[in-house]
Amino acid sequence: MSADHRLVLGIETSCDETAAAVVAQGADIRSSVVSSQVDLHARFGGVVPEIASRAHVELLTPVVAEALVESGAEGPDMHAVAATVGPGLVGSLLVGVAGAKALALVWDIPFVGVNHLEAHLFSAFVEDPSLQFPLVALLVSGGHTMLVAMEGHGHYRLLGSTVDDAAGEAFDKVARFLGLGYPGGPAIDRVAITGDPTAVRFPRAMLDAGYDFSFSGLKTAVVNYVRQHPEAATEDVAASFQQAVVDVLVAKARRAAREIGATSVCLGGGVAANSALREQILDAAAEDGLNAFLPSRAMCTDNAAMVAAAGWWHLGIDGASPLDTGVEPNLALPLT
Amino acid sequence: MSLAATTAGVDQTRALAGAVSGLVHAGDLVLLAGDLGTGKTAFAQGFAAGLGVDEAVTSPTFTLVRTYPGGRLAVNHVDVYRLERLQEAVDLGLAEMVDDDAVTLIEWGDVVVPALPADFLEIRLAYGEGAGDERRLTLRTVGRRWAARRRSLEAALAPWTVA
Repeated sequence: MSADHRLVLGIETSCDETAAAVVAQGADIRSSVVSSQVDLHARFGGVVPEIASRAHVELLTPVVAEALVESGAEGPDMHAVAATVGPGLVGSLLVGVAGAKALALVWDIPFVGVNHLEAHLFSAFVEDPSLQFPLVALLVSGGHTMLVAMEGHGHYRLLGSTVDDAAGEAFDKVARFLGLGYPGGPAIDRVAITGDPTAVRFPRAMLDAGYDFSFSGLKTAVVNYVRQHPEAATEDVAASFQQAVVDVLVAKARRAAREIGATSVCLGGGVAANSALREQILDAAAEDGLNAFLPSRAMCTDNAAMVAAAGWWHLGIDGASPLDTGVEPNLALPLT
Repeated sequence: MSLAATTAGVDQTRALAGAVSGLVHAGDLVLLAGDLGTGKTAFAQGFAAGLGVDEAVTSPTFTLVRTYPGGRLAVNHVDVYRLERLQEAVDLGLAEMVDDDAVTLIEWGDVVVPALPADFLEIRLAYGEGAGDERRLTLRTVGRRWAARRRSLEAALAPWTVA
């Protein structure tokens, strides 16, 4: 029975989240557990601290157990186990990779090392396997901002990336500066709804120059503006800041799609949950005759279902990874 | 002891950082302090470029640590902005990161001093007067490693030192 389902257990520990998921044939999600989103405290006891690799050590076993229970499968039913090998924090990555290798040994199944960035690109296909190539993927999160041309699975061309701050980082820092709380993306999104996005004309850095992004100057511009205009309405500043980010992201994704002759554009990463970005990328795609794919919030943010999906694909193309595969904190997207 | 310098904007902050990078040795620790938007990451960019790192130095806020092996010395670029408790800096192994193979630069490093070796150069950045791009920098040395380099630090900062 297990062989028919071709279940892959995915494990993700590259940054803050400890996550595990069971996915059949790279697309059918049987379970997807993310430590910050479930009440592991209630079920397994213990605290749920952030960031440190020690937290991953404490959470990995209960998170994997929960993923297996929710999937209705047993460990030995797995066809393979996939884990993120990079990029990320070395100590955090080691926990997931060591755990995955141990399970692969115990269950006598293949281990597959997965690139976290490539896994994000797979996340759109988990929810919509009918997506057509070539496509432009805009990956925007707290740690990454990149525009990628995909000609097929495994065929990536990095068109551009941030030269300083990631888009999600700009949201978080501006939100904290404006006293809107954490996480900053949803906080700004919420406040911006009642603000005027044209109230302040913040800079759109590198708007017409290539595909790289820069958001550090925008953050400083917001700080400068508020220092000079302490009376400015926070919702107007938030809406104007958000519009500056969205304008740049949408303009570059559009231009990239036109240049490579893409049929689709898709979003990934936590910032893909921003309502202004979603609305405006949909409008732009409709105008340009493109399909736009907007993944669910659960698939935008770090999760292990995308790792299992990428692992499934790599297993079919490249076979298993050797058990002496190391972690790679600075791993880049494999380019063609 | 502390030294003061003024830069007219982000390009000069990068240039000053490049001048400071000429003085660092393997095993050095440099802490960057200052409010949002005062130029901590820009300082790190100029510093790494001065050491010969040719890849883009991007903010490590979310990844916490980025390592650049390409220059005269490897650079560990750390940002503890997201850490909420000192214990997290200890768990992250910050003190162990400061080793003899690399120079370690920590943004918001002033808040985790108790978790670090008491031997470092602290650079505090602040907004200048008025609404422009001017930045005021205060450099303070703690411990013996940097005390011995006071004169060369003064010389390196001369172009930006207030007369």
